[in-house]
Amino acid sequence: MSLLLLAVALLGFSGLCSLLLGGKRSGANTLGAAGGVVGSLVGILPAIQVLRTGTTATFYHPWNVPYGSFFLQIDALSAFFLLPIFLLSALAALYGRQYMESTPGGKNLGAFWFFFNLLIAGMALVVTARNGILFLMVWEVMSLASFFLVTFENEKESVRRAGWTYLAATHLGTAFLFVLFFLLGRESGAVLLDFDSFSGAGSRVSHVADVAFFLGLVGFGTKAGFVPFHVWLPEAHPAAPSHVSAVMSGAMIKTGIYGILRLLTLLGTPTPGWGWALLAMGLVSGILGVLFALAQHDIKRLLAYHSVENMGIITLGVGLGVLGMSSGHPALAALGFGGGLLHVVNHALFKGLLFLGAGVVLHETGTGELEHLGGLMKKMPWTAGTFLVGAAAISGLPPLNGFVSEFLLYLGALGSIEAQTMAPAGFLVIVGLALIGGLAAACFTKAFGTVFLGEPRSEHALRGHEPGRSMLLPMVLLSLFCALIGLCAPFVIGALCPAVSILTSMPFPRVESLLSPAKAPLLWVSVGGILFLVLAAGLAGLCRRLLARRRVEQAGTWDCGYVKPTARMQYTASSFAQPLTRMFDGILRTRESLDRPEGLFPVYAALKTEPRDLFNDLVYRPLFLGVEWLALRLRWLQEGHVQLYVLYIALTLLALLIWNLS
Amino acid sequence: MRLLVDALIVLLILTNLRLVASSHLAACIYVVALQGLVLGLLPLLVGTDPLTLRACVLSGLTMVLKGIIFPWLLLRALRAVQVRKEMEPLVGYTTSLLVGAVLLALAMWFGRRLPLPVSEASPLMVPLALFTIMIGLFAIVSRRKALTQVLGYLVMENGIYAFGLTFAREEPLLVELGTLLDIFMAVFVMGITIFHISREFDHIDTDRLSLLKD
Repeated sequence: MSLLLLAVALLGFSGLCSLLLGGKRSGANTLGAAGGVVGSLVGILPAIQVLRTGTTATFYHPWNVPYGSFFLQIDALSAFFLLPIFLLSALAALYGRQYMESTPGGKNLGAFWFFFNLLIAGMALVVTARNGILFLMVWEVMSLASFFLVTFENEKESVRRAGWTYLAATHLGTAFLFVLFFLLGRESGAVLLDFDSFSGAGSRVSHVADVAFFLGLVGFGTKAGFVPFHVWLPEAHPAAPSHVSAVMSGAMIKTGIYGILRLLTLLGTPTPGWGWALLAMGLVSGILGVLFALAQHDIKRLLAYHSVENMGIITLGVGLGVLGMSSGHPALAALGFGGGLLHVVNHALFKGLLFLGAGVVLHETGTGELEHLGGLMKKMPWTAGTFLVGAAAISGLPPLNGFVSEFLLYLGALGSIEAQTMAPAGFLVIVGLALIGGLAAACFTKAFGTVFLGEPRSEHALRGHEPGRSMLLPMVLLSLFCALIGLCAPFVIGALCPAVSILTSMPFPRVESLLSPAKAPLLWVSVGGILFLVLAAGLAGLCRRLLARRRVEQAGTWDCGYVKPTARMQYTASSFAQPLTRMFDGILRTRESLDRPEGLFPVYAALKTEPRDLFNDLVYRPLFLGVEWLALRLRWLQEGHVQLYVLYIALTLLALLIWNLS
Repeated sequence: MRLLVDALIVLLILTNLRLVASSHLAACIYVVALQGLVLGLLPLLVGTDPLTLRACVLSGLTMVLKGIIFPWLLLRALRAVQVRKEMEPLVGYTTSLLVGAVLLALAMWFGRRLPLPVSEASPLMVPLALFTIMIGLFAIVSRRKALTQVLGYLVMENGIYAFGLTFAREEPLLVELGTLLDIFMAVFVMGITIFHISREFDHIDTDRLSLLKD
């Protein structure tokens, strides 16, 4: 435990120091990044220790804030979230030092690193806090720190707008959490809002547990980015610097999942309704997330929508687990929670990797617009290679890690179909996962193909070259982790057991025996994957040997046999995705303006598409316009006369006094 | 002694009514000065313990500030801005008196209903305090001139002072001095502000200062 406190102290101290050094750019930059890396590495140690030994570490200190206590605890569930948070943050900090060097001169890098390290510390405390007040406090620290990181380039109007959207969304979500904790505290009747005292608060009156679950689902779901609370994600992620997007998407939104899981452990035995609600939310988020991603032109916006999709997959797992618990299918519960938890780590790894890769592209070429890129693989092979690994992993292809977690979910769903009572749920999960996986593969084919293959589509893409080692190293490490989890899947399952046993409140050996049937097929997958790699390496060697004594010529891609090909002959990102986006046009509602080619020798033709978000257009815009309309209707109250304002106050006070006395 | 206290309380109630019924600004200032003097006198008469030097000093300080210095500051501001009368108040003088009567009845009712320990000085103390606070608020709401609003603020503060008197004959010295200093600064600053508003806009009608409402 003391190591975690040390890590938080290190993060805070280095952040403060770099804030004070703000004027000296390179000093602040190095110190802040170094603090982030060292602090995060120190923080990983207690998490590993807890996972390895199966103990819990506790730190308790009284606090004179009402209802509050300084109560931290690392159990297996917390440790399981601490691991990706610290790992990704350390790598992102390492990457960020070089990334931030090229920011324009007037920027205060000290302030940036202060908020970055504060964000890491905030996330670590969120998953270890065991008191409602402390939790809400560090939750706000985390949200506000990330807000300042998102608005780092605040001279751009679009960034400021994204920042406000994020701030409004996160505070609306937190409002639900406030109600949640005070409701639980009132029901438990304890003096302090410690989590321990909540257990059983829900079980006395059943609807209290239902209301608490609903509040948590909305509050935590806003942070996790479930549809329809996801609208801030595609705004905030593209606006932030790329390693911030990586941390936010890979680690921060996971705190929403953590919140829901922790709430489930506090509320006692779940009802089937919660499981169905989670399942529905997961399905909608997963399918809509990947569909919206298909229509995007901006690489970071596309990745942001994929975060929505992956949160959906995790929620599918959690929903399966809850259904398994409420209906008495321990195997379903173990596999569902296990798959969901593993996907939390997996998503942190490959989404972090993809955002870092997108950051390199953005950093080197100056644009994230897919239609302006192309052919970057020749100039940055390492970046392209690691991005490809991430893309394959996120599409759920074996032998990488994305496949393993989805495989657990498939196994659970198949088991539930066999058990027959939960067959509809299993059926839904299988169909949903298959659809999501297919669409994700299509989407990443589009993203990888347009960015890295073919010929450069604009002079932006000509500028690209490989970044420095400190930016490449985190990406290489992340892709190695992706491959490692995929290839060592049978051993990874064992690491899941402690956290799953907390969630299902089943003893450790029982969970182990429930999860072990998954090991045999996964072993085959691993062996197959290793064989595949060996085969691929052998074929590559053979190819090289055969070509060794021949002349190798290089020609432009997509030149279609013309003498003078142009880059515009290639497939574009939109044209690649068009068959799919057309199919789902009713949901995507992409705005198109088309100038058709006319005559036998057309001189001009143009197509412009603008992806939109269904929920922004149909839900939030009307809602906020309505609020504004109402506010304008109340304008007569605000006349500008001081006398009237005092009258309002006096009348209110008088009315309250009379109401209270009579 | 009790009779004297009751008589003073009635006098204070009358000063309150006089304040909302008068159109002459100078007369209003004199009324508030009188109120301040009487209020400063009250703590010496209320209660049974022997008088201490501290109580006498505080009471004297209150009388000097509320009865002499504030009126003097405000009269100076009044001379500087050359306004004599509150023309066209938002609520007319007759109506103001009627409202005052209603407020007095309300204060009496509150005084009976409020779950407070009965004051040892006089059962009229709590109603008086509430009535003075309400009249101060009413003066702020119903008058246009900035000067009358300052007077309303002062009267409201007097009400709060009277409320404190009901329970504790001696508030802690520091609190007492702090409050006095606060009001002193407030009146001082408001006097200057009134002068500047008048110089800038040629009037001190607060209801016309509504440009900054957004």
